[in-house]
Amino acid sequence: MPFKRFVETGRVALISDGPNKGKLCCIVDVINQTRALVDGPETGVPRQGIRLNQIHLTKFRLRFPYTGSTRVVRKAWKEAKLDEKWAASKWAGKMEAKKKRAELTDFDRFKLNSARSTRNKLRTTAFLHLKRLNKKSKTAKKDAKPAKKPAAPKKAK
Amino acid sequence: MEEGTWNEVVWCRDTFVIFISDFRRDGCHSCQEAGSSQKARRLRCWFSRTRMYHKKALWKFMGKKTAKTEKPKKKITVEKEIKGDKNGGKRTVYLKKRTKSYPTSNRVNRHPSKKCFSDHRRKFRKSLQPGTVVILLAGLHKGKRAILLKNLPSGLLLITGPFTLNGVPLRRIHPNFVIATSAKVNISKIKGLKSLDDKYFKRVKAKRAKKDDGEIFAAKKEVYKPSEQRKADQKNIDKQTLKAIQRLKGDACHMRKYLCTMFGFRSSQYPHRMKF
Repeated sequence: MPFKRFVETGRVALISDGPNKGKLCCIVDVINQTRALVDGPETGVPRQGIRLNQIHLTKFRLRFPYTGSTRVVRKAWKEAKLDEKWAASKWAGKMEAKKKRAELTDFDRFKLNSARSTRNKLRTTAFLHLKRLNKKSKTAKKDAKPAKKPAAPKKAK
Repeated sequence: MEEGTWNEVVWCRDTFVIFISDFRRDGCHSCQEAGSSQKARRLRCWFSRTRMYHKKALWKFMGKKTAKTEKPKKKITVEKEIKGDKNGGKRTVYLKKRTKSYPTSNRVNRHPSKKCFSDHRRKFRKSLQPGTVVILLAGLHKGKRAILLKNLPSGLLLITGPFTLNGVPLRRIHPNFVIATSAKVNISKIKGLKSLDDKYFKRVKAKRAKKDDGEIFAAKKEVYKPSEQRKADQKNIDKQTLKAIQRLKGDACHMRKYLCTMFGFRSSQYPHRMKF
């Protein structure tokens, strides 16, 4: 599979290390093989050179000429509605969930576990019920389709 | 000339004449050689009494008398009454202590050689407030959760399961063997905690069997049995704590289950990374 995300002007990246850890930024220019010039006017990342192993590339890319000023980056960022797009992405959701999980207290963890177990019980009973129905119908008609899983109820937390 | 005499020349006017003659006789080699220029200069510019009289314009002040300003005398001593028959009744005491009244050597401060362990001041972690749910880490009930009722002056914590939920009785435990969680139960309405102090939990020593009994080798190990008093107290406190749990409303059912279940780690859970 060919690479799809490149270190290029306009590529949006997540900073994974350093003082701005966890913030989004946009690559403005590539300095050399290991460093890039980065700017994040909407997320509080000052324009700076950063090592490439300190950032994770995302699927988003802004369109602006290379070495564009902060003003240009901001404009492109806003026009692309990047904040909304990022918030809607799965990656952002996972980060949020991770954060939430880390902040759970012992009692919260217990409540989550009990909620999960009740959900799983409901799900297995529903599944077994469908399975039984399927078996019956199979004996009735030999060319019956396999039973589908019912949609799992959402997590309590 | 020696240093001492130089000083005298400078400071004592009356002896001036004598020393000036000395000076002329000896010459001023020593002082000039020594380079103590100030003293030398003074000597070189030494004027006769008459010249000094004019230089200082002493004639201005001749025959004049300035009235003495009388300063109020400060009291140096105080008379103190001395009790007792043969003590003279009074004694004058200096307000400022004389040097001879100070001791020649420093006083040795005596302090008690040991502070009893029971007198130590106890500090508890901030998280260990009465009412918090704690996880027990040691002892018979390790892994269970219990409610902290009271911080005792001996430095131990008074806890209860409650007994009906998880089998942890009214019990003392050291705070080091406990994880405090952020879950809390309001136990301010619980009564009868006052009598549950360190004395209450003190162990009763079994009396030694006398040698005459002949049962030295057949000494039975006594199994701990809670007294009736303890049973009654346990019942009383349990009832009230369960009520306190009920008062949590939304979480009451969860809290009951929470206290019933044991604590444990799942995979990839580390206590130093977790919040409790």
